[in-house]
Amino acid sequence: MKLSFTLNHKALTLETDPDRRVIDLLREDLCLTGTKEACGEGECGACTIRVNKELRLACLMIAAQIEGCFIETIEGLAGPDQALHPVQEAFVQAGAVQCGFCTPGMVMAVTDLLETIPNPDDTRIRKALSGNLCRCTGYQKIMDAARLAAKKENKCLP
Amino acid sequence: MNLISKTSPSVGASQARPDALNKVMGHEKFAADYYGPRHLWAGAKRAGIPHGRLISVSTEAAAQVPGVKKILTYTDVKGSNRQGVIQKDQPVLVDDRIRHCGDALALVIAETSQALEAALALISFEYEALPGIFTVAEALKDGAPLIHPAHPGGNCLLSGQLVSGKGLEAFEECDAVVEYAVDLPRQEHAYLETECGEAVYEKGELSIVVSTQTPFRDRAETAQAIGISPEKLRIIAPYCGGGFGGKDGITVQSLLGLAAMACPDIPVKMMWSREESFLSSPKRHAASIHYRLGAKQNGVFHALEVRADFDTGPYDHLGGAVLGLALEHAGGPYRIPHAAIQGRAVYTNNTIGGAFRGFGVPQVAAAMEQAVDLMAEKLSLAPLDIRMKNAVQKGDKIPSGTTLKTSTGIRECLARLKAHPLYQEADAWKKKAPAHMLRGTGMACALHGMGYGPFVPDTAIAKLELTKQGRFRIYFGVVDMGQGNGVTFLQMAGDLLNQNYENLELVLPDTGLTLPCGSASASRSTYTFGNALIQAVETMKIRLTQKAADSLMVGDGDEFCFIPGHLRHLPTGREFPLAQLAALLSQEERITISRYRAPASKETVTKDTALQMHGIPHTVFSYTAHLAHVEIDTLTGGITVCNYAAVTDCGRLINPDLYRQQMQGGIAQGLGYALYEDFITDKGRLLTANLSTYIIPGALDIPPMALSSVDLQENTGPFGMKGVGEICIDPVLPAVANAVADACGGGRCRQWPLTCERMLEILTIPVCPPGADMNRSLI
Repeated sequence: MKLSFTLNHKALTLETDPDRRVIDLLREDLCLTGTKEACGEGECGACTIRVNKELRLACLMIAAQIEGCFIETIEGLAGPDQALHPVQEAFVQAGAVQCGFCTPGMVMAVTDLLETIPNPDDTRIRKALSGNLCRCTGYQKIMDAARLAAKKENKCLP
Repeated sequence: MNLISKTSPSVGASQARPDALNKVMGHEKFAADYYGPRHLWAGAKRAGIPHGRLISVSTEAAAQVPGVKKILTYTDVKGSNRQGVIQKDQPVLVDDRIRHCGDALALVIAETSQALEAALALISFEYEALPGIFTVAEALKDGAPLIHPAHPGGNCLLSGQLVSGKGLEAFEECDAVVEYAVDLPRQEHAYLETECGEAVYEKGELSIVVSTQTPFRDRAETAQAIGISPEKLRIIAPYCGGGFGGKDGITVQSLLGLAAMACPDIPVKMMWSREESFLSSPKRHAASIHYRLGAKQNGVFHALEVRADFDTGPYDHLGGAVLGLALEHAGGPYRIPHAAIQGRAVYTNNTIGGAFRGFGVPQVAAAMEQAVDLMAEKLSLAPLDIRMKNAVQKGDKIPSGTTLKTSTGIRECLARLKAHPLYQEADAWKKKAPAHMLRGTGMACALHGMGYGPFVPDTAIAKLELTKQGRFRIYFGVVDMGQGNGVTFLQMAGDLLNQNYENLELVLPDTGLTLPCGSASASRSTYTFGNALIQAVETMKIRLTQKAADSLMVGDGDEFCFIPGHLRHLPTGREFPLAQLAALLSQEERITISRYRAPASKETVTKDTALQMHGIPHTVFSYTAHLAHVEIDTLTGGITVCNYAAVTDCGRLINPDLYRQQMQGGIAQGLGYALYEDFITDKGRLLTANLSTYIIPGALDIPPMALSSVDLQENTGPFGMKGVGEICIDPVLPAVANAVADACGGGRCRQWPLTCERMLEILTIPVCPPGADMNRSLI
């Protein structure tokens, strides 16, 4: 099918099978390998993307579902000149990255959380991360990163 | 924002990891992320039966699937078709006997992943079923079918005994004896990046990009298994998406090599699904362990008996070495003058038992540390006090007979833990338990040896280059699977050379570019390579300052000092850009290479050469003392670990933030081992084949962790450090177990993990009066 959607703020039209998994479309066809696959069945959150500003799992979506949608992946988060998004910056500073395979999904989850709730408490942060598995960090520094990012973003508010 | 590049790397400082930048942006290219513009997919047909003799494999129907390029079976393998770290007992493609459900029977190469899947489903095979062996007891029964008929030990891969002092006779001299037995489950690594890679065979040369902990060993092992000269095989190891021991050895390498050689000139990708990963990768060994601990009335430990059985599955992998480390560490960080420690690693038709962070120590610590608490209770001593009373000091022997010759900080760890608010306030906290809740505090200790032991050289070769641009490039061959050894190498070199991160580069492990460094395992990565790197840096400094001195015709190299990007001539204040100096040097002169071999013990702990070969004894040990606060919901059996503290002696910290990363991650994995992770099989078949049935901890399951380091100097370590990658997980399960026992009046479980169901069962069993022998509520 002919598929049109917006990917990381750029309009895109391409030819693909309607049942192509979105994760394969992103990783294999569009070379956006920042979105990771770690379970293929919606359990781990490594393939977290945003579709129309809502968190979705790219391994559970097929191409036809994103027709006309506004898609954001980890590659679209940084600003012009690859300036890090405050959440990305916080992950680096807080030491929230170890092997890094869960990181893109985690960053997407925290970004989405802070856009919805700018000042989340710890319980809210833990809940927001509960769909994303990490096997390296024990989540503590990812929590730290989320708190740090909230602080940074709130400072930017008028 | 420039987060990192202008920073001057200092040893001892918490500094952000440069690798985090690409990782947060999604730009880091893991092995999973290699896609050629055109590529093929390879996949293995798995046996799905636990034990049988293979008669034939039918591939005709599968070959008809459009897009299928090749289907290979064992007849296509030119090499030995055998792999394994110690014993080469695992076929790449089964040629005779199927020994577990995860064995590979055929290899399909196809143009698309859909064609691959369709073809794999159409492969069938004929076999003669053999009786399966699923427990150690079945394996050792007289007349049991032999899993490796040629193995001299029958179904026993390795057995051994370490006896010290009077051995078991010393129990007669004890005033108090406690016994404890425990059955521990398999644990799956569940790294986020499943086993994967991409290979290409061009002009007679094979190149494999792979998610691995062991690129150099992979090269040798794969080459002989598939029949290619090691010189024609290059293994490239990008940042690895988690390893924890599960990628210590061959996973996809040989299969990918065969696939690429069968379809030359085009990259071939392989990526195991989560289920295939669970099925075919090694696990932490399931173990059944029995302990007897004897003490004098004053609480001084006197005698120890250990019997430990490890289910090593169908192949050696590293099962013998895991047993060796378990035996050596069985008595924990305590003086016990008389001990008889015996164990067996036994072949079965279950999943493969192999390396997993801790490497046998979490299993024995689980039993030992609960026995210690039982003894404390029996003698009415505080758990911390009885540990302090018996804790080793430098010069002591641990019960296995190993002399502790290097820094030994368990007493410092215990002293620090005793002062911790979580310890001091434990009773008050317990009393404040809400309705229907029980609260308790428990602790546990561990020690963990570093490196390969006395027989396998623990070496690393560091290569350092001053580039023409005047930057320093570190070639390291020991994989960074997330532990951050890459950044510690930058910190060490940057500190010694006084260069900012922007003047430093890393070349990741690659058998074509870097030099052999051994495995990323055994808590030795930073220690061994770090020592090699320091020597390479020192040689480089002398060479560069002497060259500068020569070119100025001044006295000596020590008139110069390194500053970022430059050498400063101190008497005149003139500064020379490093790029200018590089231009004066030949390519050979711009490179220094240094090899380091870690110290190996000369002590004769056992005359059993098999045990020596499997790593006994070690020389350098790290130590830790952990404390857990748990809350048990008496209505549901749910256990919440509310707070956790750990004090560790892992030498001086190169980067305190990385130390905390290791500790936090290890504790989280240990909590999973204690409470959630139940790898269930039925006659070798997986019942927990995915992450919705095999439960690893999520963000809601992990308590705040208070961590500290006693910061002792380890004189043999680079900048005084010792390894921390494994000790972090060793005592977590028994700390939780002892906290649960404290909460519920002594209830203990035999079969782990301690799920809600098991906890509820414990709560329904009436509690015996304090001081009774044995596990009071074994279930």
